[in-house]
Amino acid sequence: MAEVVVVTSGKGGVGKTTSTAALGAALAQFGQRVVVIDFDVGLRNLDLVMGAERRVVYDLINVTRGEARLSQALIRDKRLDTLFLLAASQTRDKDALSEKGVERVISELRSGFDWVICDSPAGIERGAALAMRHADVAVVVTNPEVSSVRDSDRIIGLLDSKTVKAAKGEEVEKHLLLTRYDPARAGRGDMLSVDDVVEILSIPLLGIIPESKEILRSSNLGVPVTINELSSEPGRAYMEAAQRLNGEEIAVTMPTERRNILNRLFGRRAA
Amino acid sequence: MTLLDFFVRRRTAPIARERLQILLTHERMAGSDSNLVTVLREEVLAVIAKHVTIDPDKVEVRLERGKVVSVLEIEVEVPNPPAGRTLVTSKRRRKAAA
Repeated sequence: MAEVVVVTSGKGGVGKTTSTAALGAALAQFGQRVVVIDFDVGLRNLDLVMGAERRVVYDLINVTRGEARLSQALIRDKRLDTLFLLAASQTRDKDALSEKGVERVISELRSGFDWVICDSPAGIERGAALAMRHADVAVVVTNPEVSSVRDSDRIIGLLDSKTVKAAKGEEVEKHLLLTRYDPARAGRGDMLSVDDVVEILSIPLLGIIPESKEILRSSNLGVPVTINELSSEPGRAYMEAAQRLNGEEIAVTMPTERRNILNRLFGRRAA
Repeated sequence: MTLLDFFVRRRTAPIARERLQILLTHERMAGSDSNLVTVLREEVLAVIAKHVTIDPDKVEVRLERGKVVSVLEIEVEVPNPPAGRTLVTSKRRRKAAA
């Protein structure tokens, strides 16, 4: 039976899709069977970040409407045998996604996979509501920035009230994934620190992903950062987060400041 | 701006943190309040409907939060029996625990 995870945030552009791809690829490297689903109907991008944009024939909407079988719509990753993608429709609008259809697809996927990871669209509308609806676990992606923290707080409220788990009087297990973190700026007191965000949102920390060039390099290539740059700082941070998601108890590595030669010579913090 | 401010740049993160804490405390409360208002509306409606026929769309429940006390305002429009009298609006005001 799979664990259903929603990667959500409220705010757009904080790294939901990047994180979905990276965590999915990391879990698949542990030998787990993983399917990542794009819920952003009309604005799909998970296919692009995963490098499968030219292989999409059928999508989530086709499956929910019975126009295609799940086995026809699942795209197997070219690098990892146990990683699959279910793309969103690019031409339909979000109302084409039916509640019943999503319920059926999720329950079918539950029996065939270890992890079903739902990449939520931004906002709190239908698409986001359906992405979180069947979740057992939520990864709340947050940037150390006021608007992102506020939106995450709102999403946490919705996870506690609008999910199947909440309706049953149970609780969705919520984790904070702090992305685009800049230790130098946080050290100077010009960016909310890890402790600040953890305290304000009061959910446990899954990982800290530093702001870094490797993320952009990976999405340029269409390869999740946990495959493309596994030994880079964000690659390792996502691997660690995936291990924690998988139930391992390991300490969170704090990102360190990167210092170049000049900074070292003059003893200044990197800008 | 003092001379010191000019040389020592203010750290902005503590300000962000404080603003968020104040805002989110308020928003979390407002979130649960709106739920309270919905519940009150349904229950008050049910009680009144037992005795008089009312239009569910003509019931308004508002909760205004003040610093010391909050005001819960319930406005119910009750149509008169067809005797040709004027429309009576019953207005009940009471204080809710802050």
